[in-house]
Formats: sequence, structure tokens, C-alpha cells
Amino acid sequence: MARGTFAGGVHPAYNKELANRKAIEEMPVPQRLVVYFAQNLGAPPEPVIKKGDTVRKGQVIAEAKAFVSAPVHSPTSGTVKSIDVFPHPVGTDLPAAVIEPDGEDAWAEGCDVERNTDSLGPDEIKKLVQGGGLVGMGGATFPTHVKLSPPENKKINVLIVNGAECEPFLTADHRLMVERADEIIEGAALFARVLGVERIVVSIEKNKPDAIEAMRSRASGRKGFSVAAVDVLYPQGAEKQLIYSITRRKVPAGGLPMDVGVLVQNVGTCFAAFEAVRFGRPLIRRIVTVTGGGIAEPKNILARIGTSFEDIVEFCGGISGDTGKVISGGPMMGVAQYSLGAAVTKGTSGLVFLRRGEIPQFVSDPCIRCGKCVTACPMGLNPSALSIFTERMAFDEAEEFNVLDCIECGCCAYVCPSRRPLVHHFRRAKAEVRKKAKRTG
Amino acid sequence: MLTAVIALAGLALLASFGLAMAARAFAVKVDPKVEEIEEALPGANCGACGLPGCSELARRIAEGKAGVDACPVGGEAVAHMVARIMGQEYEGGGARMVALVLCDGGDQVARKRFFYNGVYDCVSAALLFGGDKACLYGCLGLGTCAGICPFGAIDMLPSGLARVDPEKCTGCTKCVSACPKGIIKMVPAERTVHILCSSHDKGGKVRKYCQVGCIGCQRCVKEAPEGAIEMEDNLAVMRYEFEVPATVAEVCPMNTIHVSGAGASDRKTAAGGGE
Repeated sequence: MARGTFAGGVHPAYNKELANRKAIEEMPVPQRLVVYFAQNLGAPPEPVIKKGDTVRKGQVIAEAKAFVSAPVHSPTSGTVKSIDVFPHPVGTDLPAAVIEPDGEDAWAEGCDVERNTDSLGPDEIKKLVQGGGLVGMGGATFPTHVKLSPPENKKINVLIVNGAECEPFLTADHRLMVERADEIIEGAALFARVLGVERIVVSIEKNKPDAIEAMRSRASGRKGFSVAAVDVLYPQGAEKQLIYSITRRKVPAGGLPMDVGVLVQNVGTCFAAFEAVRFGRPLIRRIVTVTGGGIAEPKNILARIGTSFEDIVEFCGGISGDTGKVISGGPMMGVAQYSLGAAVTKGTSGLVFLRRGEIPQFVSDPCIRCGKCVTACPMGLNPSALSIFTERMAFDEAEEFNVLDCIECGCCAYVCPSRRPLVHHFRRAKAEVRKKAKRTG
Repeated sequence: MLTAVIALAGLALLASFGLAMAARAFAVKVDPKVEEIEEALPGANCGACGLPGCSELARRIAEGKAGVDACPVGGEAVAHMVARIMGQEYEGGGARMVALVLCDGGDQVARKRFFYNGVYDCVSAALLFGGDKACLYGCLGLGTCAGICPFGAIDMLPSGLARVDPEKCTGCTKCVSACPKGIIKMVPAERTVHILCSSHDKGGKVRKYCQVGCIGCQRCVKEAPEGAIEMEDNLAVMRYEFEVPATVAEVCPMNTIHVSGAGASDRKTAAGGGE
């Protein structure tokens, strides 16, 4: 374990060189957009459009009815062709609106108007963030305004801007930091103002020297800002691990960063906040890393939310014939897709196309109790015991061994010599524990 | 020698007196009925009654807190025995119920969307896009129900489907709640005609996904006695209160309706059968 970082973790092959020098390219609006209504963790927003409606770019198409929810906006102007069920990149089939662009890409009224951010108070900023449909863009898609609303008794005093990007292959945050450093810093400053935070730490893994340089040069001289180069160790970009690396504070089991006075925001979310608050542009596009040996031209693209994976493949020159797996997100935490009919959501950080030769095929064997997973687990859990509990359907024991604290980072499965599908087991155990909690109220 | 014998005999007497007193002083009063009832219960400790085991149920029955027919597994035979122990009359309840898997889309006839290589368990598989079957209502065939059945009544067929043996099934309903697809239903054991599909998809979609799925053509509804088969959201659903003639199976263009004891060998066990 390197000093100055969290315990556990692994060193997967990073494979970032495929796309880390590719400048962000804006992808043209495709012929058809598939916009899911559920794009955030928590309560899905409710659709407010129907088939045949005309929509404008930035118009709300699904309204958040609960607090832990975020509205969804139309990514362009056009017509709602249909509302149907599509495969969602997170692993379920969910309803989405199919929007046919009219080619004008015309903003709805009130959007895309520059405002002076200096005079905005905390509540106004929070309202703009909430209205802009912002969610955590590192992949977890937790509504941003919820993080900005800690209870009275929890004082936040550190804001960590997360640019660690520890997932192999992905370079979306990296490129954003190199190319849009000013906007990220402005966005982070807005978050800091909402919570009255005076210390802002931009954290970047040491394998991105150009990003560190870019952020340092922009942050220098700004009050409260500092840039920390953190060790290259997966999962450095996981919230709780990064908090420990930067502040030495431990988030209690079942707790939230706000319990230790920290707020973590991804660099992409900071950029989106700047866009939403300064220019009144809701979250309708994001940067997606398209990479892997299976894609002709790896790229970092700025794509509209709702761009189908099929269109992205076409934009990046097609896939090779021996492509065997397509993963939405990174290879450690992403979800393998069965169809290119799925589309970009607010949480789609990358698309990894792996060739057959790059995918190990294996059968999993029984646990040999070697303890490698225990050493690798960054949350200090015992994956070996947890997986055996799950196989025996002893979910009460799994709960007692804190399966709910599992962050599904995949370190345990990565090191397992028996190739056990550990994370899959834990996802099931978590689902069962939550189901039981719901039943017993 | 003699002293030793006398001494030991004396000690033995003293100890046995002590034990006898203790047995009287600390006696735990158990209703003899509890033991008798426990004897009569199946003893699988399956938990189908909702209690931790057979002895707990026996205690409840003896205390009058549970009915003589509270064991769903034992059925009428056990209920009669328990009633005799309790000195009650048992008139007999409804028909014996058995579990039935309402899907006949095996690997040969139902399309799969992708190659699943994860944990060999239906609940885990269902976490990823609802499983590998194109039909979201289809049996995933990884045997979660067979694994949970305390009576070994569920077999996994080579075609990748789960089948309940109605002879062995005791009606404990554990499989019903274990199935992530919710396609196992309780049906009266004496019924022989079944609609083996759970898909609420529209006909066109069903045809794309599966060769033996219900396409909602309603021919069976017209053929069956009034009200015996009803349409529920594109799916023909059997109302088991009614007796349905076997001829209904012949009108189904998709071969979704089965009569137990007829058809191919695979299908013999396919539908639940009578006793």
C-alpha cells in the first residue's frame, strides 16, 4: 500500500493511451434520439410529453416529482415520434422518448441566456442546478442538488473536485480537464459558494500530468483552490476512497461524505454546473470516451444525451468484426451491453469495445480462501465470506458482514484466482437485503 | 471390598433421590399433544406455514393459535390426523394445490438475446437486463426454484425449463416466491388443461421471441366454457374454478395449451396432472 492513499485497491492495465490525446470532438445531432426518462439514482421523473408533441432544445420532457430526482430535458428541437421501451445501459429495459430532430436545434425560451453569476446567492445557484437536471456524471447519477442540501447540523468544509478517473480506458474527464479547465473551476466555485466551503481540492491521478498542469495553472491564484496529484491506484476515484486520500477522514459504514464534512463532485458535473448556472443550458450533452481495440477510431466525443450507441459506432468509423463485448462505462464497473440500440444517458462516461482476444473466457471455481480479495477490498470487507453467504442464500449473515457497504468496484473479482463472479453475488445480496428491509418496513 | 460396594450404593441412592427431586421441581410441562402433533407433521421444517419449523407449528396448533390444517404441505391427510389428536372434526378444505411453471419456451423454441456467463442463478441473471431470454416473461432455466424446493419436486429439463412434478409437490409455495419472473402459480392438482405462457407482450412480439407463446388470438376463449379463460393484457389466463375440456388445446395455433398425459414425452410432465 502506497503511503498517502487508501488501503486495498488494484492496478489494472490502464489502456488510456488509446484516447488520452484525442481532443474532444462534438458529434453532430443524429437522425434519432432515444431519451430515457429515468436517468438518475432515486425516483425517476415523470414524463410530461406525449407522442406527436413538438419539443424545443432544453425543454423539460420529464419532471422531477420527488426530491431525490432530476428532470430530463430535450437534447434538441424536434418531434416526439414515439414512447417505447429500450435497453438502458445500466442493465434494465426502461421507457424512453424517441425524438426526431428538426435540424434547427433551437433552444426553448429562457435557455441559453448568459447571466452574471457574481450576484447569485446560494439558493439561486441550487435552484438552477436542480432545474438543469444535474446528476453526478462520474457514473452514479446521484442528483446534484441533493448533495448540495445537507441537513443544518452537517457543515461541509471541503469540496473535492474529482478528476481521478481511475477506470481503465476512460479519458473523458481527463480531456475535459485539459480543454475546459476554466469552466470546471468556475463550476466548482459555484458549488463552494452554495455551501460556504473555503477549501477546494482538485484531485487527479498522477498518470495525467497534462491535466494536472492545466488545472494547476488555472487554479493558481484563486482563493481556496489547490490541486492534489494522487497515487495511481484503482478505485482512487471512488468517493470514500478519495476522501480518505485527501483528508484522512473515514466515512462511517452506511454514511455519506457529508457526515465527515466533505462534498465530492466529478469534474464533468462541475462543468455542467457552469453551463447550467452561467448560460442556462440544462444537462443535455456529455463527454463519452469511445475506445477499445474493437473500434476503428477511438475518440472523446461530446454527444447529446439520447445518442444511440449505433450512431456513435458509425461516427467513430465502425467496429471490427471480432468485437466480442461492448461495455457502457469502464471495464471495472461498467455493464456489458447486448444491443447497440441503447443510448447515451447522463451517466454514460464511456463505451469500451473489446475484441474477442481481449476477453478472458473462464469458468469460476469454488473459493479457496486465499484471502486476496480481502486484501484488495478498498472498503475493508470480506468478499470471500460474503460470496459464500450469498451462494447459500444466507442474506442475513451477508447483511451482518456489511454487504451494503460494497461499492461494486470489482477489485475482489479482479484478483480472484478462482475467477469467482464476486460483484455479481454482492449485487444480488444487496438486492435481497434491500427487499427484506422494504418488506419488514 | 464390602465397604466400597456399600459406599457406592449409598452414593447412587443419594444421587438418584436428588435427581428425582430435581425432575419434579424443575419439570417443564409439555402438552403431550404437541409431541403427538409434531409426530404427525411432515417434519421437513420447510417454513411454508410461516413459522420457523414443525415443532413451533405443533405448539401453536396445540395452543389453538393455528388451525389443524395450518400445514400447507401435509394436506388433508395430515389435517385429519392433527384434528384427531386435537379431538376436533375436520371437514376437509378445498382442492389440493400444486405449483406449475407457466412457460414452455425452452432453448429450442425461445430466442435468447445474449450469452449469459454470470452467476448460475435466476435471481442474479434477472439483475442484468432481466435475463438472457428475449421474452421478459420466460423461464430463465437456471434452477433457483429447483434448488429451493424442500421436496425435490422440481426438475430442470434439458431444454432449460423448470418443471414441477405434481406428485411430489406439496404446495408449500416456496418456489412461487423464489422465481424472479413470478411465473410459477398454484393450480388445483385435479386440473389437466393448462396455458403454459406468462407473456403480456403483444402477439407480434411474442412470435418474434418464442414459437410457443400466447399471441392473444382468443380462440381458446371462444372454445372454452364462458368465463373459463379470460384475456388479461394480451394473455389468455385460465380460471381454474371451471373445468375446461381438452379440446381447447387443439384450437391453440401456437401449441401453448397443454393437456397432461398427452403429447410429446417432454410435455407429459409439462402440465400438472391429476392424482
